[in-house]
Amino acid sequence: MDVTALTFMALALPFAAALVAPGLTRFLGQNAAWVLALAPAAIFLHFFRFVPEVASGESLTGGYAWIPSFNVSFSWLIDGLSLTFVLLISGIGALIVLYSGGYLKGHPQQGRFFCFILMFMGSMQGLVVADSFLMLFVFWELTSITSFLLIGFDHGREAARRAALQALVVTGGGGLLLLAGLLILWNVSGVTQLSLLLSFGSELKESPFYLAALLLVLGGAFTKSAQFPFHFWLPNAMEAPTPVSAYLHSATMVKAGVYLLMRLNPVLGGTPEWQLFLSLFGVATLVIGAALAVRESDLKLMLAYTTMASLGLLVMLIGLGSPHAIEAAALYLVAHALFKGALFMVAGILDHETGSRDLSHLGGLRSTMPLTFSVALAAALSMGGLPPFFGFLAKEELYSAFTATDLRSALFATLTVLGNALMFAVAFAVALKPFLGPRVSTPKHAHEGPLLLWIGPAVLALKGLSIALMSGFAHRLISSPTASAIAGEPRTVEISLAPHLGLPLVLSALTVALGLAFYVNLARLRAAMKAILIDIGWGPDRGFDQFMRGLVRFAVAVTRRLQGGRFEVYMTATFALVAFILLAVPLRYGEFPRAPFFSADVPAHELAIMAIAVGGLFAVVVAADRLTAIVSLGIQGFAVAVIYLLYGAPDLSFTQLMVETLSVVVLALVMTRLQLSPADHRPLPEKLRDVAIALACGLGFGLFLLRVTAVPFDRTLTEFFNLYSKSVAHGANVVNVIIVDFRATDTLGEIAVVMITGLAILALVRLRAGSLKRAVAPELSTDESAMEERV
Amino acid sequence: MKSVIFRTVAPVLTSLMALFSIFVLLRGHNEPGGGFIGGLIAVSALAIYGMAYGVETVRRAIFFHPMAIAGAGLLAATLAGLISIFARVPFMTGLWIYPAILGLEVPLSTVLLFDAGVYLVVVGAIGSIALSLEERGGE
Repeated sequence: MDVTALTFMALALPFAAALVAPGLTRFLGQNAAWVLALAPAAIFLHFFRFVPEVASGESLTGGYAWIPSFNVSFSWLIDGLSLTFVLLISGIGALIVLYSGGYLKGHPQQGRFFCFILMFMGSMQGLVVADSFLMLFVFWELTSITSFLLIGFDHGREAARRAALQALVVTGGGGLLLLAGLLILWNVSGVTQLSLLLSFGSELKESPFYLAALLLVLGGAFTKSAQFPFHFWLPNAMEAPTPVSAYLHSATMVKAGVYLLMRLNPVLGGTPEWQLFLSLFGVATLVIGAALAVRESDLKLMLAYTTMASLGLLVMLIGLGSPHAIEAAALYLVAHALFKGALFMVAGILDHETGSRDLSHLGGLRSTMPLTFSVALAAALSMGGLPPFFGFLAKEELYSAFTATDLRSALFATLTVLGNALMFAVAFAVALKPFLGPRVSTPKHAHEGPLLLWIGPAVLALKGLSIALMSGFAHRLISSPTASAIAGEPRTVEISLAPHLGLPLVLSALTVALGLAFYVNLARLRAAMKAILIDIGWGPDRGFDQFMRGLVRFAVAVTRRLQGGRFEVYMTATFALVAFILLAVPLRYGEFPRAPFFSADVPAHELAIMAIAVGGLFAVVVAADRLTAIVSLGIQGFAVAVIYLLYGAPDLSFTQLMVETLSVVVLALVMTRLQLSPADHRPLPEKLRDVAIALACGLGFGLFLLRVTAVPFDRTLTEFFNLYSKSVAHGANVVNVIIVDFRATDTLGEIAVVMITGLAILALVRLRAGSLKRAVAPELSTDESAMEERV
Repeated sequence: MKSVIFRTVAPVLTSLMALFSIFVLLRGHNEPGGGFIGGLIAVSALAIYGMAYGVETVRRAIFFHPMAIAGAGLLAATLAGLISIFARVPFMTGLWIYPAILGLEVPLSTVLLFDAGVYLVVVGAIGSIALSLEERGGE
């Protein structure tokens, strides 16, 4: 099989695995994880084969035409950046699947969980390899939707549902901004593929639409990557089971925004606006995230806020855009995925085995859980940026970016050191506090987790060590191609564990010293942060609630106004509008028909039929009760059917006859069912108004018909159907052949509508009039408050 | 309705109309008629029977729930379109076969299946509305 087909299968594999996951789990229990992890492992191996080629500077594209008429393709672009992402996604994905097997062991819905997380994996993988804009957007939104399902996995809890909805609203809404941004890019550049877009030079940056496109793209990236002030959904998303937090909210999904910025850096980056927005929002997110992390004592929340800080750091680095900053971003991206994924899984093991993940309820577990302790320590050393771990390399490279001596650089360096020191303190609080000190009694009897649980974090922590030790090798294969793809030009990452004196090392030492000071005073710092936050009071999280409540109120108000529930109002408005259009448009364009030509010798029988029709209408108007009026309306309908027959349209006539019969029957039934008063009760002014509207409609439609028939008849279609009806479609009845053959797809849609309408009417009829009154009246008055409660 | 004449005539009328509706459906391709009109005739037949003997009798007589009939019709119409995909021609292309049944050549086609689907949808959907209205609207 060729590479294109294999890659396509690799992209589809997670979805296929998601399909079989529930059945397999019913059959194998938690051990289904071993089988299901084969899917991401196979993907990892498939993409790993591209590493040498990509490392030599190639970028691979492939794919299939999707909607050729719109120049939309299902195509992928594999260069250093997307390859690194895809390897992280599939590699960590395999470990996460194993971990979920242990973490949700015995959960009644474990199969569903596997299904969701594999679907997410497929979406995320599609996102990072997507070459065409539309595919990028589709997968972008798919990650939002699957993450909604995963966060709300524990759907019995109100908090989980709220967090899921919040994440969906924020990231899904951001996705719409991204779509708008991509459409602008498409419009300006004329291409729909990233690989083609990347070959553009500075044209995009000089376009008058640059700022608009930039802001929209940033709107998508910042919401997805939880940049301040859109960060609030990320800590709330910790309601999800821990495997989700480890996977989506540290290693993959939240990096989608960072990925997008890195991807577009060569074509949109480097401008003053880009630098300003990215570095400012990035550094703000870094400091705020790290400070908020200190406040928490829940392990997962602490990690979530440091994730936010790390994302801020990455965005800041992309914004700074200097060679060192870009290389540091490439290194930190991978390092963070490894250590944060491992730490989250450690938090999950602690939660799973002790029953608590609050720092104040954990302590002295080093002897009962030695393996977990060592994994946590290795990950924390990497997160703290200490040698010989990968995080150290990233941090050194990061501080090399601050070599300039101007005020701006100094400011950024100070804030970065502050943020990193806070993260250092949190890292060791998570890795040390539960294990050191006196033993604290935990809700569950603590013991080491099973193989399925610790294998994931152990592999990640070891990776963090081995990459640093073999930095030359890793840089050549992964880091340098990634940095080159972000920069849009060849780059070589050279940082290694070998000591190199200079400013970066000083800043590193400063970070460690400050971090140690924070660590020692963590309790005091936490109290201070809490006090500050209580003083501030209002935050974006509450703002979100207020926004949603306002939205619901607005929707209720609009609905009340537009749909009052009185049928007469709807009908009056509809027909008044019809009359207006039929009369006003010809008036505006002077398109009234000329006086029609009446032939003097109308045959007597035609005159008679017309007289019957008019008589029927007269009977409708003067009818004493509604039933008589309905039946009289039928007279006119039958007369029209006869006219059709006389003019050679038996099909139409036939149908008209049947429709008239059935309408009279159904209307009569409705009348008896609704138990309306038999007579018309409208007051005179209302009657006059309705008469006016009815006359205007009739007049307008009559004029319209006269005008239309005055246009010479185009016989093309008639001739076409007459010619082909018998010869091609084997039918002499042209009308029927059109319905069931030439335009059969239309008919299929129409009968579907008939069916749905039937269902709707059936449901309406079944609502008994009495129960309707009882049920609807209180509901209408309380639905607003009910909706608010739900939000 | 309590009229004896009506009650006596109704079954005959209903069976004639039902038969006629199928006749109209089948002749539709070459003569005036077709699934839509045929369906409307069949619904009228059901309505007449319902007026004479009550809705329960009609429901028993047609055995299936009318909405199930409509659903089957929609399925048949969709299948008629899908068959052509398996024959590697575009969706909804009419396909014809002419098997000899009892020595007579009978033209069968996906188009006929489609028209039968239309017939069933009309019978089911409108019949279901009419029957449910009759059911509790009685005098």
